[in-house]
Amino acid sequence: MENISLWEQFIRQFNLRGPELIGATGVHIKLVLISMLIAIVIGVPAGILVARVKGLRTPIIGVASILQTIPGLALLGFMIPIFGIGTITAVAALFLYSLLPVIRNTFTGIKDVDPAIIEAAKGMGLTSRQILFRVQLPLALSVIMAGIRTATVINVGTATLAAFIGAGGLGDFIFLGITRNIDALILLGAIPAAILALVFDYLLGLVERWTTPRGLK
Amino acid sequence: MIKFENVSKTYPDGFQAVKSLNFEIKDGEFLVFIGPSGCGKTTTMKMINRLVSHTGGTLSVDGKDIKKQDPVKLRRTMGYVIQQAGLFPHYTIEQNIALMPELKGWDEKKKKDRVIEMLNLVGLDPELFAKRYPKELSGGQQQRVGVARALAADPDIVLMDEPFGALDPITREQLQDELLRLQRDLKKTIVFVTHDMDEALKLGDRIAVMKDGELLQLDTPDMLLREPSHGFVEEFIGKNRLYQNPEYIPVTDLMRKDPSTSLPDRSPGKAITFMRQRKTDTLLITDTQGILLGIVSAYDVLANIDTVATIGEIIKPVTHMLKPTDTAQDALLNVVEAKNGILPVVDEQGKLVGIVTRGTLLTMFANHWAGGEV
Repeated sequence: MENISLWEQFIRQFNLRGPELIGATGVHIKLVLISMLIAIVIGVPAGILVARVKGLRTPIIGVASILQTIPGLALLGFMIPIFGIGTITAVAALFLYSLLPVIRNTFTGIKDVDPAIIEAAKGMGLTSRQILFRVQLPLALSVIMAGIRTATVINVGTATLAAFIGAGGLGDFIFLGITRNIDALILLGAIPAAILALVFDYLLGLVERWTTPRGLK
Repeated sequence: MIKFENVSKTYPDGFQAVKSLNFEIKDGEFLVFIGPSGCGKTTTMKMINRLVSHTGGTLSVDGKDIKKQDPVKLRRTMGYVIQQAGLFPHYTIEQNIALMPELKGWDEKKKKDRVIEMLNLVGLDPELFAKRYPKELSGGQQQRVGVARALAADPDIVLMDEPFGALDPITREQLQDELLRLQRDLKKTIVFVTHDMDEALKLGDRIAVMKDGELLQLDTPDMLLREPSHGFVEEFIGKNRLYQNPEYIPVTDLMRKDPSTSLPDRSPGKAITFMRQRKTDTLLITDTQGILLGIVSAYDVLANIDTVATIGEIIKPVTHMLKPTDTAQDALLNVVEAKNGILPVVDEQGKLVGIVTRGTLLTMFANHWAGGEV
């Protein structure tokens, strides 16, 4: 086996594990999407809250930043005593990991709206809720989308670690490749993961452009 | 009517932005707040729509204490224009203008009609501009839209916070002129903040000069220029301002009150002698009541000295006259065309009260520029 090239190895592994690869990619996408969905559902309102209640800025952004500094593998380890082994733990860890970019961009997006526009809106008698939904969120949307895009791309990479706690995904191949010392197997996991990240990046880039208000383009 | 009674604003850190204001803004009045930065003029204006809440005294609009009203409802009864226009960049011009009508729940048709009416009012073609976005407009056009937006729901009161401050001088002049026209047509109460004295003098029915949170003087532009109540007011207005604004100098301040006059029955010979004595080349002819009849020049007298018995026969009518209520500006405009450079000042009964000549005008400005008092 040592005599054949990496490329031939790769082809062989691909032929051998093709159907498995498709399944793993599916699991990988599922992990990313579910964790991102939760991160958006919790992160965007948290970002809005941070932008509106000054006192919450330090605690919320602080906690999210600390979570971000924990190495991915360690975070998974921390979660095992709470959720056990498997998908739930992986999703929970990926969610926590994606939270900061979403919260921070929501906050920044809202804060960066020209204060003159907010003052005019307030002066004309818009309620603070109307200002949020009619002015701040529409104008912040593309910035929020940029945060979601960043988080998703990081998430695709981090999700390969989910294999270590038995949640499956493309990390399975990498994990297997490392333990059995088969480089081609590592690539079989790593290359689709990279492609997946690029595809997400591209698609969310489209969404980001699409959510930029027409008047700002 | 907007009424300030002992209104003050003290911030939690103890800084007193506005100290005990007492004054009224009448319905349909154009009131301008002016003063150096940090004088409290913007704070005072923003207290009216509760963007800043006052901490002392009572501020009422049409007899109702604004503290007892819902700030959102209060603001919807007033228009608000700020310096950078503050248009919503993601709304079209049409949507921006329709904002307040929409908040008030107008129906689609009424909103659309109103947008067209407003765009026409501020001199922007609805066909061309309704569907555009603010970014596609120049600063001046954006501010026109800002004014249209503020007027769209037909508020009685419009608050304007240095609305033309960021515009180039020519656009600013244009918008000032149009605002004056709008104010004359629509009779809104306008509260306007500026730091530009020329703008204040041009726009304001009355001007409130503020410094360090206090109202130093609240007066008409005319009174402010002529009788500044306070050294600071005078300094702030600028000593030369009066002479750059001859429309504020009453003609009675600069006319000579002892013009050379004569009854019409004087003989030409006596008239010439009299003119020589007075060192003048014209005589204003009045009757015994002092009513101005006309003018006689030395040239005409000499030409006719042998043919007429009295100067009454060669009287020329006066083509250009001034009223005592006229200003130095009127005098300057008329003196160019007046025969012999003479402008008699005549009261309502036709009585001669004084005279303005090229000489008196020149003397006034010359004295001023030489540093003397008029």
